Amino acid sequence: MQRIAWKFYPRQQNHSIEQNRQKSPAHVQLQLMMSSSFNIFRVGISFVMMCIFYKSAVDSLSELSPQKYFSTLQPGKASLAYFCQADSPRTSVFLEELNEAVKPLQDYGISVAKVNCVKEETSRYCGKEKDLVKAYLFRGNILLREFPTDTLFDVNAIVAHVLFALLFNEVKYITTLEDLQNIENALKGKANIAFSYVRAIGTPEHRAVMEAAFVYGTTYQFVLTTETALLESIGTEDIENAHLYFFHCKQVLDLTDQCRRTLMEPPLTTLNIHRFIKTMEAPLLTEVAEDPQQVSTVHLQLGLPLVFIVSQQATYEADRRTAEWVAWRLLGKAGVLLLLRDFLEVDIPRHANVVFRRAEEGVPVEFLVLHDVDLIISCVESNMHIEEIQEDEDDMESPDTDIQDDEVAETVYRDRKRRLPLELTVELTEETFNATVVASDSIVLFYAGWQAVSMAFLQSYIDLAIKLKGTSNMLLTRVNCADWSDLCTKQNVTEFPVVKMYKEGKSPASYPGMLGTEDLLKFIQLNRISCPVNITSVQEAEEYLSGELYKDLISYSSVSVLGLFSPNMTTAKEDFTEAGNYLKGCVITGIYSEDDVLILSNKYAATLPALLLARHKEGKIESIPLANSPAQDIVQIITDALLETFPEITVENLPIYLRLQKPLLILFSDGSINPQYKKAILTLVNEKHLDSLTPCWLNLKNTPVGRGVLQAYFDALPPLPLLVVVNLHSGGHVFAFPSDQAITEQNLLLWLKKLEAGLESHITILPAQEWKPPLPAYDFLSMMDAAASQHPTRKDPECTKETDAQENDKKHEDKSAFRKEPIETLRIKHWNRSNLFKGEKSFKHDNKEL
Amino acid sequence: MGFSAAARLWGPPGLLLTFVLHPALCLRPAQTSAPPRRDYCVLGAGPAGLQMAYFLQRAGRDYAVFERAPRPGSFFTRYPRHRKLISINKRHTGKANAEFNLRHDWNSLLSHDPRLLFRHYSRAYFPDAGDMVRYLGDFADQLGLHVLYNTTITHVTLNKDRQAWNGHYFILTDGMGHAHRCSVLLVATGLSVPNQVDFPGSEYVEGYESVSVDPKDFEGQNVLILGRGNSAFETAENILGVTNFIHMLSRSRVRLSWATHYVGDLRAINNGLLDTYQLKSLDGLLESDLTDLAVVKDREGKFHVTLKFFLEEGNQSADTITLPQDDSDNFAMRVAYDRVIRCLGWNFDFSIFNKSLRLSSGGEFSKKYPLVRASYESKGSRGLFVLGTASHSVDYRKSAGGFIHGFRYTVRAVHRLLEHRHHGVAWPSTQHPISQLTSSIVRRVNEASGLYQMFGVLADVVLLKENATAFEYLEEFPMQMLAQLETITGRKARHGLFVINMEYGRNFSGPDKDVFFYDRSVGHTEDAWQSNFLHPVIYYYRHLPTEQEVRFRPADWALPRPTAIHHIVEDFLTDWTAPVGHILPLRRFLENCLDTDLRSFYAESCFLFTLTHQKLPPFCQQGYLRMQGLVGTESLWRHGVESGLLRDYAIVGRRREDQGQGPLSSSQAPGPPVQPLDSNKEEL
Repeated sequence: MQRIAWKFYPRQQNHSIEQNRQKSPAHVQLQLMMSSSFNIFRVGISFVMMCIFYKSAVDSLSELSPQKYFSTLQPGKASLAYFCQADSPRTSVFLEELNEAVKPLQDYGISVAKVNCVKEETSRYCGKEKDLVKAYLFRGNILLREFPTDTLFDVNAIVAHVLFALLFNEVKYITTLEDLQNIENALKGKANIAFSYVRAIGTPEHRAVMEAAFVYGTTYQFVLTTETALLESIGTEDIENAHLYFFHCKQVLDLTDQCRRTLMEPPLTTLNIHRFIKTMEAPLLTEVAEDPQQVSTVHLQLGLPLVFIVSQQATYEADRRTAEWVAWRLLGKAGVLLLLRDFLEVDIPRHANVVFRRAEEGVPVEFLVLHDVDLIISCVESNMHIEEIQEDEDDMESPDTDIQDDEVAETVYRDRKRRLPLELTVELTEETFNATVVASDSIVLFYAGWQAVSMAFLQSYIDLAIKLKGTSNMLLTRVNCADWSDLCTKQNVTEFPVVKMYKEGKSPASYPGMLGTEDLLKFIQLNRISCPVNITSVQEAEEYLSGELYKDLISYSSVSVLGLFSPNMTTAKEDFTEAGNYLKGCVITGIYSEDDVLILSNKYAATLPALLLARHKEGKIESIPLANSPAQDIVQIITDALLETFPEITVENLPIYLRLQKPLLILFSDGSINPQYKKAILTLVNEKHLDSLTPCWLNLKNTPVGRGVLQAYFDALPPLPLLVVVNLHSGGHVFAFPSDQAITEQNLLLWLKKLEAGLESHITILPAQEWKPPLPAYDFLSMMDAAASQHPTRKDPECTKETDAQENDKKHEDKSAFRKEPIETLRIKHWNRSNLFKGEKSFKHDNKEL
Repeated sequence: MGFSAAARLWGPPGLLLTFVLHPALCLRPAQTSAPPRRDYCVLGAGPAGLQMAYFLQRAGRDYAVFERAPRPGSFFTRYPRHRKLISINKRHTGKANAEFNLRHDWNSLLSHDPRLLFRHYSRAYFPDAGDMVRYLGDFADQLGLHVLYNTTITHVTLNKDRQAWNGHYFILTDGMGHAHRCSVLLVATGLSVPNQVDFPGSEYVEGYESVSVDPKDFEGQNVLILGRGNSAFETAENILGVTNFIHMLSRSRVRLSWATHYVGDLRAINNGLLDTYQLKSLDGLLESDLTDLAVVKDREGKFHVTLKFFLEEGNQSADTITLPQDDSDNFAMRVAYDRVIRCLGWNFDFSIFNKSLRLSSGGEFSKKYPLVRASYESKGSRGLFVLGTASHSVDYRKSAGGFIHGFRYTVRAVHRLLEHRHHGVAWPSTQHPISQLTSSIVRRVNEASGLYQMFGVLADVVLLKENATAFEYLEEFPMQMLAQLETITGRKARHGLFVINMEYGRNFSGPDKDVFFYDRSVGHTEDAWQSNFLHPVIYYYRHLPTEQEVRFRPADWALPRPTAIHHIVEDFLTDWTAPVGHILPLRRFLENCLDTDLRSFYAESCFLFTLTHQKLPPFCQQGYLRMQGLVGTESLWRHGVESGLLRDYAIVGRRREDQGQGPLSSSQAPGPPVQPLDSNKEEL
């Protein structure tokens, strides 16, 4: 039994490129192994090894001075160095690509470095002008090639160019048919050729070929061209895509013969080339006399099916010729074996002459009766085809697109059978709405019964009704806009869900907050008092400021605002009232403008008009002068005042702090924050060191999703507490305070200074990609096109089944009958999946008619 | 004008100066003899005329309706002759949604007053025409519509005037000889001229409009009815039980409305004769071109059918005329008939319109209708719109534009067009963030009656804003005018658009189609494009199609080929709110058109995305970041964890602790996971 041994050798420092070959580069191996899903165990093992390897490898771009760089060069070892003078924006794009190329190049034993040209150490490689910087490839300390950076436009180009330079002898670059013929003639009887055409040097296909050449370059002669004329001359029409031909020259004995050619059909990727070459290496035809179910060849491991040509002693010679012919035709697509029936211990159906075995494990072999060799070929090809299509279909059907990936829709759907105590809220209709909202102060939830977000919020709303049961004089009501569409439109509701508050004598107010129980509760509670509330005596004002007056409300509003005005400041009072009204439901506001207002303004050292802010948690009262501030400004002053200097960040309040548009300095804490840390940060805040940041902390006990955040920041989570700076608004860089340092003022300050100076490197960059559609949609347009064009269904090769097969074959027979449907049948599902077989019949019927 | 004249009497010298500066003003007193001017003149106080009057009234426009009869809806005082309307008056649908219920109310006009719904006027499923007359009268009276009754407009002509809105005024002359000058003319006169086919002997034929409706008059008679529409069958139905037999003759095969989905074709309520024909009861249907026919009267006064061709042979004596049965003795219509009745429908009355209006009849297939654009504006003169039944050329044999339940919407569309054209009021629209797109479409396809009734004619349009972060929603736009959308609506369509239409399956409808074939319903979302029954179809265009593209669109396409198309699979209950069957595929379609993620997320997920991604999905951006995140409840959150769409980070944390600290934390009781959304601030 053949097996591909995917071994891994940890790379040693002085491995030369020569020593390194014959092993696939690590990432290629990984790809290959990932692809062979039928051997999960092996993949598992290797994967672990791979992970270890990647951990140990240094994969970021090292930065050196010229002197230092040249001292690291080792004889025989290749190294790519980029000499640069300053990080101009143009070069930094290149550096990003170069950085990406570090890992793949290291897999080939090529080190990569960025050499910083400094004034003291001039080097001839440094160039004279800023723009003339280049990358250089050395072997040992010998310069092999220099690359202008624009040839190395991306990571593929970097890898392709470097390997191309290093494998100069192994990969022959040609431009004419004559060159190709010369090489072909020279190698007849000696070696096989891998001839490839790529559209340009530096393309991903070129890289794939070079990576393959790295592994197989000593076994096969690699020939490369970018000339379309050359490709055309060997008979390819499709010159748009890259091509790879395998020239079987080794077995050519007569020099006048041409080498047989096999075209690789799948797209040129490293993985596909490997797979293709592996099948070229495998024996063309193998004779077996064992149970087809047990046979294993390299093909199966590469995910290709096996075709057994059943042979009898009497017809052996002819069968072998047929099998060989089939094997050539199927080279690279399937493994072909000659099954010697007479020596076989297991029974196979009497009439079967071909056995087909899929690469997938656990799929039983199929016994076929095929009377034409072409049928074998088309059977295999169409099978591959159908497999692909079925994969497509699978993509489109059950596993993916039909599965709900909207968390709100899915959770609401799963909860549909639970009966909510809806009776706790009053359902309003077109008839009852006006009377109800006039008769009592009401909260109205406008929702749509079919909309998931509405229904999710309805649950919170009912929870709120449970909490408020019998305690509030606010009537909780709801309108299902799916029933009372006109009513909702009249109330100016065109989106769902919307909450509005209807209070006597006031125009309805939309609730602007989070769609959740707590925030809505706060809104309702704070709306119990008018906004601003009129304070009538100094004593009442003092009670108000101390929190005594609205004791039960201060848990909803940590700050009480009091506007102080002389009785004659009418405009200022109006502005403040407007601002208070705007902020209703979000903070308690009061107004005092009696004649004795000076008592208060003197006490709190405020010049009229002024705001007093009572922070109940801290027991502090501060005053802010209000000189001619319009209502908008007052709103701004109050909202700013509501922000804490070092808040605990939660799901609910994060958006408020994000409005400051500053990087967040977050302390992740498992449980309450250590007072020392808090003190350290507050000191820094007071000393104005954190003005450019929004300092905050996150309690993982209150906000467990914080762990999800940490997982995104750290590969391995260091012990808590963790302090990070997240630059959400520009660049998405995340920096972590070293976990081995104590969170003290000094350490923090030092770290922040370094951060500011750009001396700290980020631990991660938050992905910047757009939110794309999670899954494709049905392409009805092309389905309609396909139906419209209605090519008379192309006569598919009938793979006649062994009809008198044994009973136990019956089941799999049905299944394969299903698989053998013409593609069109699969695409155009006939109205009803349960009637698929009927549909199929009618289609076949159509076929005959056509 | 009165003011100008008065001003001159007591005007200070300054006013004289004004006169000099404004020659136009000076001219006005001189024209006092000119006819009274109106912005909008509506011809006819039938359903369409009243409907237009309603919209003009609500918008506060200067308008008048001219009606020759003393009350509205005079057509219905005589027609249908047998008094039974075949428009459905469905009083119950099991739903409260008034807009949805209009999908099954074929008689009401649109208004803001729920008392003016037809179901308050009749309990009959197929109501009596008298109720319609009463309804229209109430509609005009209660809404205070400005109708000039007993005013017969006898002549309409065009008067060029550069100052007029459309470069000309329409001059209407009434029976008293008074002239009315109108900026915009809205013709809602319906079809009033009985359609007559001229053939030898057509003088013997009685017309539907005058034939007796008393069955006694047909006792024991052989009756031949010409025509195959609802009036023909209605007439037959009435006398079916008393005649010897009824033969029905028409050019084309019978078109059953259940097969064509066209309400103007033969309705099941009238088709009793089909039943008796196929049950061998002597009645029967025949096909022949009426123009080839001739009817001859014999001495007994009975009628014989022959061919025009035979008449031309020369022997004019009634008894000697060759009859078809002379040659072929089994000719179907060889019996003599006692009566021949013509029920061939109606034509538009072109007679009152002066040639200068260039109001011509429609093409080959709709001769009986005046030719109009898809915007209902006459092709001949700008500012002349045809409304109501007469406007049916736009969707003849396709949709419901010739019937109340259809043209009430097209009238509204015309009104919206006029509001923008003459008053600068852009087509009404609502603007929403893109996260509301799926919901907006789902809402409309489930309740909109205009889309449902005027399928294939009126469509909703979603205009995307830059970067597809928001959109405008326009309702019931005449989709054949899509290329002119910007000029008609005053809205901009620069960043792509969706068109929401309702359609039957392509090959489902037709007079010869079996609409009851087995397996006719499509249930699977991936086969939605093969849906047969009326279902929503959404077209996506990156750019507004051009006029050329609309005109030369592929055959049997309602619109030019879109960038992408989506069919919401047909639904037996016409309820397209199934989360996975309807909404999910729609969302995927919209997502892929817009290249974005339109899922909704709980606040917790948005929080995670905010701190771990540089960009946010629209739902989080437009909700959570604006402090309107969806918090969710514990039970929903549990379902989320079970489904794998949400993660229980509290458990993640505990597991990590367990590994890290061993026995200490594993002593923790395995209670319910800490509710992640519960911020326990009091603790601090």
